[in-house]
Amino acid sequence: MSLLVDIFSVIAISAGVFFYLAGTVGLLRFPDTLSRLHALTKADNLGLGLVVLGLLPRAGSPLAALKLLAIWALVQLASATTAQLIGRAVRRKGRVA
Amino acid sequence: MILVQALDLGLGLLVFAVGAWTVFARGPFAATVGYVVYGLLLSLVWIRLFAVDVALTEAAIGSGVTGLLLIGAAARMRDAETTAHEKPLSGPLRLAIAALCVLVALALAAVVLLLPDNGPSLAPQSLHHLAETGLGNPVTAVLIAYRAFDTMLEKVVLVLAVVGVWSLAQDRYWGGAPGEARAERPEPTLAFLAQVLAPLGILVGVHIFWVGADEPGGAFQGGAILAAMWMIVMMARLSEAPATRARWLRLALIAGPVVFLAAGVAGAVFAGGFFAYPPGFAKPVILFIEAFMVLSIAVTLPMLVTGPPRRETRQ
Repeated sequence: MSLLVDIFSVIAISAGVFFYLAGTVGLLRFPDTLSRLHALTKADNLGLGLVVLGLLPRAGSPLAALKLLAIWALVQLASATTAQLIGRAVRRKGRVA
Repeated sequence: MILVQALDLGLGLLVFAVGAWTVFARGPFAATVGYVVYGLLLSLVWIRLFAVDVALTEAAIGSGVTGLLLIGAAARMRDAETTAHEKPLSGPLRLAIAALCVLVALALAAVVLLLPDNGPSLAPQSLHHLAETGLGNPVTAVLIAYRAFDTMLEKVVLVLAVVGVWSLAQDRYWGGAPGEARAERPEPTLAFLAQVLAPLGILVGVHIFWVGADEPGGAFQGGAILAAMWMIVMMARLSEAPATRARWLRLALIAGPVVFLAAGVAGAVFAGGFFAYPPGFAKPVILFIEAFMVLSIAVTLPMLVTGPPRRETRQ
C-alpha cells in the first residue's frame, strides 16, 4: 500500500515538475508578452496542482492536506489575477504584437 | 543526503546569481523585481536552516513590503526623470560607491567566517526559561519577554518612520489623505481579487499571530499579512486611504508601543521590575501586548507604502 502511495507521489510530482519546466521554456522562448503569460499561468496552475496532488497522501493530517489545497487555490487566484492585470496593461499600451 | 546537499548548494548559488543580477539590472523597476525574487529565495534558505520565523518575516517584510516601497520609489523616480533633468552620477563616484559596498560585504563575510565553530549562544538558557513565560515558541519569548525593551523600541522606530514619511507632505496637505483620489471605476480584476482574498487573508493573519505563541509566527508576521490585505483593498480602490489627521488612525498607529510601554511600567509596579511579567500570568500579558502590536503594524506598514499626504480632505 505504501509502495503504491509512493509511486503515485513520484509520478504526480514529476509530472508537476515537468509542467514547471515546460512553462519556463515557454517563458524564455515565446515571442511576445501574451503568449509568455499563457505559458506561465498554465504551468503554474497545473504544475503546482500536480505537486500538491502528489504531496496530499503525505500530509500528516487532514488539516495539513486542507492547508496544501488552500495554498494551491490561493496561488490559482493570484496567478490568474496577475495574468489578467499584465494582459490588460499590455493591451492598453498597444504592444500586443 | 548527497541529493539534499546538492539542492542546498543549488539554492545558495541561485541566491548569489539573483543577487548579482539585481545589482547589474538595468533600471530601478527590473532591479526591484530582482530584489523581491532574491528575498523569496532567501526565505527558502531560512527554511532550510530551520528558522521558520525568520523565513516568514523575510518573505513578508524583506521581500513583500520592502518590494512594494521600492516599486513605489521606482515609479516616482520614473516620473521625476521625465520632468527634471538630473545629472547621473559621475563615473568615479559610482566606482567609490561600489568599492564601499564591496568593502562592507567583505568585512561582513570575514566576521561570519572568523566566528568560532561553537559560537557563544544563549539558546540553552532561552529554552530553559521558556516554561516560565508560558509560551511554546522560543522566538516569541525572546522578542516579547527576554528582550522586550528592544522590541518595544522597534515599534517606536516604526511610528517615527511614519512621522518621517508624513513630514514630506506640503504644508497645505498636512493632515490630508495620501495617494490619488478614488477613481470612478475600480479595476474589476483587482477588485475581485481584493474581495475574495481580503477575508481569507485577515483570517490567516490573525491565525499566524495567534499560533505565534507556540509555533512559528507572531505579531510581526501576522500584522504584515493584515497590512497586505488593507493595501490590496486600497490598491483595488475599494476603499480610500484615510486622512492622516483621523483620530482612530493615529491611535491605532501608537497603540502597540503605548500598550507595550504601559505593560513594562506595570511590571515595575506589580512584578518587581521594568518589563517583568507576573509569574504564572506571563502568557496572557504577552498576548495582550502582541494583539495591540498586530494592530499597529497592520496600520503602520500601509501608511509607509501609501506615502505622504498629497491631497486635502474635508474634516
